[in-house]
Amino acid sequence: MPANRLKKPLHDFVGTCGEIVILTGKAFVLIFKRPWNLALIENHLYLDGIKSIPVIFLMSVFTGGVLALQSYYGLQRFGAEVFTGSLVGVSLTKELIPVLTGLMLAGRVSASYSAEIGTMVVTEQVDALFTFGVNPVKYLVSPRLVALVIMTPMLTLFGDFVSIMGGRLVATLVVHQNPYLFDSQVFVSLEIWDVVSGLIKAVFFGLTIAIIGSYFGLKTEGGAKGVGRATTTAVVVSSVIILVSDFFWTKILPFSMR
Amino acid sequence: MIEIRELHKSFADKKVLQGVDLAIETGETTTIIGGSGSGKSVLFKHIIGLMKPDSGSILVDGEDITRMGEGDLYGMVEKFGLVFQSGALFDSMTVGQNVAFGMKNRKGMTSAAIATAIEHSLGQVGLADIAHMLPAELSGGMKKRVAIARVIARKPQIIMFDEPTTGLDPIMADIINDLIIKVTDDMEITSIVITHDMVSAYKISDKIAVLYEGRIIETGSADGIRQTQNAVVRQFIEGRAEGPIKIR
Repeated sequence: MPANRLKKPLHDFVGTCGEIVILTGKAFVLIFKRPWNLALIENHLYLDGIKSIPVIFLMSVFTGGVLALQSYYGLQRFGAEVFTGSLVGVSLTKELIPVLTGLMLAGRVSASYSAEIGTMVVTEQVDALFTFGVNPVKYLVSPRLVALVIMTPMLTLFGDFVSIMGGRLVATLVVHQNPYLFDSQVFVSLEIWDVVSGLIKAVFFGLTIAIIGSYFGLKTEGGAKGVGRATTTAVVVSSVIILVSDFFWTKILPFSMR
Repeated sequence: MIEIRELHKSFADKKVLQGVDLAIETGETTTIIGGSGSGKSVLFKHIIGLMKPDSGSILVDGEDITRMGEGDLYGMVEKFGLVFQSGALFDSMTVGQNVAFGMKNRKGMTSAAIATAIEHSLGQVGLADIAHMLPAELSGGMKKRVAIARVIARKPQIIMFDEPTTGLDPIMADIINDLIIKVTDDMEITSIVITHDMVSAYKISDKIAVLYEGRIIETGSADGIRQTQNAVVRQFIEGRAEGPIKIR
């Protein structure tokens, strides 16, 4: 029966969603419970945030550059190439950089969370935490959540700046646009809310990456194969959530549709 | 005292525990023996609260841990120490940090007191000079001894050993057996061991319980188990392929 065939996947899907919501709630509440794991948070800020700077830099500079190039030639067809700076500035800060930063971190950090926690699960290290009276969610998930909720918007802001600079570089050096014209178009068109709406999305993307990576790590079963499966699932699910939720954030945020 | 009453646990259609009844006396070493897949590890995880049973109860000093909320359970776990089969050492930490881990969040534990406890615990297992090493640099026997040091540093009232001699050569297995006896006597604690190593079981146990098809089918002293007439137990302790035990 098709209805019966659908019943189990639907049941599993709803169950997984429920567990993710519960894990998010627990991880959030446990952030405020003593003892605070400040050293762990600091460690994740460095490993997952600071060490992501090179990859975010590369992604941003080339995204800004290619967008400037495509925008210039596209707008030139209508004689509107003077607006290259406007198009580049607004589209990068509102959409491209928050989403691409989220996707880059989903690949780099969500994968590492699920692999590390998954390995701890299959080698009984997570059970060992419990036997020492340490809540695994507080020890493993909450510090990661705090670190990514802080670092994702910061990396996005860094990416916004670098990508606009990349766009400026290409606009001035490759298509020989007047740099002052590019700058003025960026500053005239770009509003503070364009940047802020991107940063709000980035906070949510950071939360998604931390929770999804940790969740699939904690659910790992079956040794090395299970760790591999958990890692792949974490990257795919967090990437899909980022892409789908970006659309809804754009619809929901009052200032993002202007 | 730990009393396990009518404990049942199933995974999907597979019944693993089918009414386990067992009393573990304070200050004694109780060994649970049984073949691979008999449910020993599942029973172990229930005793420390890592798993919830489908039905039945586990009373630890009169308190039923199967009905405890998360907060109370973390309090109860303070009484226990569990030495995992694999050691379950935190591989991102040094041996010293592993031993210190369980003490860090305890009230009144200063850095100096933790450092002393690390030295003392590693000394007790004969590994005083390896605090700086990483778990990946240790042999199987060393990992097991560090895992024991990590547990005894917290001074629990009950220590559980999961297959403590599995995968070790006979000499190292005997060193671990002696260590279990020494720790139990010196610290005046209750020890619960699961194993299928009969040499170890006879040497360390005050009481042996035999788990078969999800139930405890016999309990007794080491001598009592040696002389049992139960055909299932006889086949297991003599390590014979032929007999009533169904091999899957």
